Amino acid sequence: MSFIKEYIRTVYRAVSSLLKGMKLTGYYFTHHKEIITQNYPENRDTLNLPERFRGEVVLTHNEDNEHRCTGCTACELACPNGTIKIITQFDVNEEGKKKKALNTFIYHLELCTMCNLCIVACPTDAIKMAQNFEHSVYDRSKLTKTLNAPGSKLMEGVE
Amino acid sequence: MIEEVGTSTDGDLIINIGPQHPSTHGVLHLVVTLNGETVKKVEPHLGYIHRSIEKMCESLSYRQFIYVTSRMDYLSSHINNLGCAHAVEKGLQVEIPERAQVIRVLMSELTRLASHQLWWGAMAMDIGAITPFFHAFREREMINDIMEETCGARLTMNYMVPGGVMYDLHPDFQKKVKEFVQFFRSKFDEYDELLTGNVIFQARTKNVGIISKEDAISYGCTGPVARAAGVSCDVRKLFPYDVYGKLQFDEVLMEAGDSFARYQVRMGEMRQSLSIIDQLIDNIPEGEFQAKTKAVLKLPKGEYYSIVETARGELGVYIISEGGMTPYRIKFRSPGFSNLSALDHMARGSKIGDLVAIMGTLDLVIPDIDR
Ligand code: SF4
Ligand code: SF4
Repeated sequence: MSFIKEYIRTVYRAVSSLLKGMKLTGYYFTHHKEIITQNYPENRDTLNLPERFRGEVVLTHNEDNEHRCTGCTACELACPNGTIKIITQFDVNEEGKKKKALNTFIYHLELCTMCNLCIVACPTDAIKMAQNFEHSVYDRSKLTKTLNAPGSKLMEGVE
Repeated sequence: MIEEVGTSTDGDLIINIGPQHPSTHGVLHLVVTLNGETVKKVEPHLGYIHRSIEKMCESLSYRQFIYVTSRMDYLSSHINNLGCAHAVEKGLQVEIPERAQVIRVLMSELTRLASHQLWWGAMAMDIGAITPFFHAFREREMINDIMEETCGARLTMNYMVPGGVMYDLHPDFQKKVKEFVQFFRSKFDEYDELLTGNVIFQARTKNVGIISKEDAISYGCTGPVARAAGVSCDVRKLFPYDVYGKLQFDEVLMEAGDSFARYQVRMGEMRQSLSIIDQLIDNIPEGEFQAKTKAVLKLPKGEYYSIVETARGELGVYIISEGGMTPYRIKFRSPGFSNLSALDHMARGSKIGDLVAIMGTLDLVIPDIDR
């Protein structure tokens, strides 16, 4: 007899502990306000990513199509994966002096690990991280980007 | 589950679990010798996610190599980075500003919480309960948001740099962390209700996968796995780094050494982490968040070793420098590797169904084991 009693007691205990857990599940099932999942990509317009979020490296340009990159290659040296290639040229200024300047800023997004080391290394704050994270493309070559806009030049006063 | 079946000479069944199996949390490959349903031997095979991180680090400078270590134990990436930063700082002999130290500890504890939350959900799933997984991820998401705001990334932050931290805290940091701590405290009861008190859960974890204190030591177990067997091994307590020495917190120790004890240790650690955060969040000192260091770091010739307590145990970073810009040799002592080596000992004699549960309580992160 005692065996059966013990058996029933165990079953009762097990079922009640299960129900306790299920009660919580039921609570969230009926309380839709506490649902925290988001409807991505439908909510693209309202998606707010923090300012520091590392999506991709961009070279900032102002309205006059000027950037702050002097072509010092500090970012290229700081990058652990060879993601950045800076091609420089020598500009000759009015006084006839040669000056190093940026020709092409090549950025291999496919290699970038978003470690932020280049941003920290840049002495003139020319580059920053953008929030865009939807990078998929059909052709890998599209991931290699030239960051300086066509016809852009160095901002006045940036050394 | 069975991908390849073979029989050994004495009629035992040999099966492969993994490397592509959902229950092994990554590309772990176990060769299990079975007698009926009883496990006779477990042999982990590694190498499926070997990226030669140690070798890679040797070609990177002292600033660059830190980011790679986020990819070892990706759930404690902050703490991995911290261990490397410590080793480099030892060589550079720099003094870390108080503010940076506090930020580092806060971030480490948040990481530990996030990691334990994920473990809690994933382990419950190993045992067959799906709901806890979603609950755990709900809370973990809040930590990820905090990280995203201050560090710019959710998983591989690369926020600890030699000399301090990369950025100052986000203005909302304190508010958000307080909100999270308050919210998470209230959820602990839910956790207990969902899982801890569950009879099936207890039956599957109590007296399963036992490891004794002596064995835990001889296998080199650290972290919650060793503490569940009564081995006091918390690096934060025994060799305090940053501001841990000034904080009030307990090392959670259990005696039983079974799966349930490991569960309880991690649950207890989450509470301790919350209390550490409580002590620090209102007392973040003003000042610099990074010490001044040279643009190109060079460590003097010599050997440097630092240890930190990750969510999984003791991580050791060993650097040999020849005085150049890159390390001559780097070796990581990862906690997961030693903990995994004890799996065979724990699982022998138990049923095959329990093997997955035991693995769950070991909290293995395969990229940490297989660097
Ligand atoms: S974020 Fe890191 S990997 Fe990417 S370009 Fe900058 S330094 Fe290189
Ligand atoms: S982006 Fe900055 S670091 Fe890179 S070349 Fe230009 S100025 Fe130098």
